Amino acid sequence: MSKKTNEASTGNTVGKVGSVSANWDHLGKKGDGPAKNLLEVRDLQVKYGGIQAVRGISFDVPEHEIVTLIGANGAGKSSTLRSIVALEKPAGGSIRFEGKEMIGLGTEQVVKNGITLVPEGRRVFVNLSVYENLRMGAFLRNDELQADLDWVYTLFPRLKERSWQAAGTLSGGEQQMLAIARALMSRPKMIMMDEPSLGLAPIIVQEVFEIIREINNMGMTILLVEQNANMALKAADMGYVMETGSITLSGAGQELAENPVVKEAYLGKARN
Amino acid sequence: MDFFSKNLPYLLAGISVGGQYALIAIGYTMVYGILRLINFAHGDIFMVAGLVTIYASTVMPLYLSIPLTIIVTVILGVTIERAAYRPLRNAPRMSVMISAIGVSYLLQNLALYITGGLAQVYPTIPFISNTVTIGSATTKVVTILTPILMIVLVVLLIQLINHTKVGMAMRAVSTDFETSRLMGINVNRVISMTFVIGSFLAAIGSILYFTNYPSVIPTSGGMPGLKAFVAAVFGGIGSIPGAVIGAMLIGIVENLIKGAGWTTFSDAFTFVLLIIVLLFKPTGLFGEAATDKV
Repeated sequence: MSKKTNEASTGNTVGKVGSVSANWDHLGKKGDGPAKNLLEVRDLQVKYGGIQAVRGISFDVPEHEIVTLIGANGAGKSSTLRSIVALEKPAGGSIRFEGKEMIGLGTEQVVKNGITLVPEGRRVFVNLSVYENLRMGAFLRNDELQADLDWVYTLFPRLKERSWQAAGTLSGGEQQMLAIARALMSRPKMIMMDEPSLGLAPIIVQEVFEIIREINNMGMTILLVEQNANMALKAADMGYVMETGSITLSGAGQELAENPVVKEAYLGKARN
Repeated sequence: MDFFSKNLPYLLAGISVGGQYALIAIGYTMVYGILRLINFAHGDIFMVAGLVTIYASTVMPLYLSIPLTIIVTVILGVTIERAAYRPLRNAPRMSVMISAIGVSYLLQNLALYITGGLAQVYPTIPFISNTVTIGSATTKVVTILTPILMIVLVVLLIQLINHTKVGMAMRAVSTDFETSRLMGINVNRVISMTFVIGSFLAAIGSILYFTNYPSVIPTSGGMPGLKAFVAAVFGGIGSIPGAVIGAMLIGIVENLIKGAGWTTFSDAFTFVLLIIVLLFKPTGLFGEAATDKV
């Protein structure tokens, strides 16, 4: 997709979101009321056999914000996201979503509570059509899907063109868009994304981040895990730096992006 | 024409047996598609269905014992999955396979214990046991009924898999357990569902199959189970149309060989045919080569 169509589609969407997003009012908007934390993680620990992948981290995700966890490979970022959706069983700590404890619930219940994860490596169902993938995203819903389908198709016009194609035939960027659209179809309150820019061409990465901002503008709370620290911190309201299972730094996104330690370690810029 | 009229009885028998194999083969292929497991107990579930019909029909009329057979078989299939396969969900595939072999022997031995090792006489089911004459062939109604019933059930099954939410969930689970969970799909429930379908079809298959035989013994599930498994591999394991076509081919070929006077070798020929097909097409007739894009 060229830069031009990208801008055009984003422009269109912004226009249309207003009309279609009436049904997304359940999310509320930034500044509607006093800011509250949607997700509160306290002293979370994850172990794989004898290896401690996450060593008692605590962080908050305030409503309507983009929060990012950045860090190198193996820092425990994915393990954190996976334990929030109960794909891993934490060894200790607490995960509260809207004040409700999530540890002990199955993945199905967590999703029902309004959390969704766009998994690392996209993981679209390659043998299902694009449309069927979106239907699976809405698996727990029994209400009318058409409005939301129309809406994700306006966000991602490519998906509409290919709705009957097997998802395995899409390009990497299109698969990432499908994975995000599929997550949106569950009408979550919070979307978590695990490395959405992984393996994508820079121009597509730009697009993915445009989409992330746009979804956030609708009121969606986003927890983003990224190795592309530069892009992630630029987009985020709040950032946490993870190293070998612990959070070593935290701060507003812009602040962290300018932090000399972060710059040297993650942004590839020399200290000046 | 002479050749045709001479072979018509064998052809009809082949189509009928093929249809019965197909009903069993779908159970193998669906479970494999979702769990990557060869359910070795499937042939024995089929045998147990035969015994249930026998015992039930001694105490109740057939219009009750046949539905009861179907229900008991479905419960048995689902229970086996729960007790012997689900606890091993994260174990290496080989362990689950050995568990399946264990269940197979358990069912055979239980049947041996209950029947006392004596062949149990299969009841005569009216209507489907009646004889009909088609051209040069005189056969039972079941011979004609089997392929028709099989095709109706397969069409319904394919509709279910391709056009319903449950079917979509089955296809999703067969590609990716973890992501299916993220969608809120209860993976265990979907797996149970495949065992329900597989056992249901095996129960129907058993009624049609054993009607042609005087009795059921504890190892009665062995040969038809093996043939159905071969049919599933032959057609490309994981593929439902593949299993059906594989089963029909095997049923027809083995009966035509019998018609040619080679009864002693009919099983051998079946397996030689399988070996030849697999030499040229290792994934079976409709098997998909693994081309998943990462």
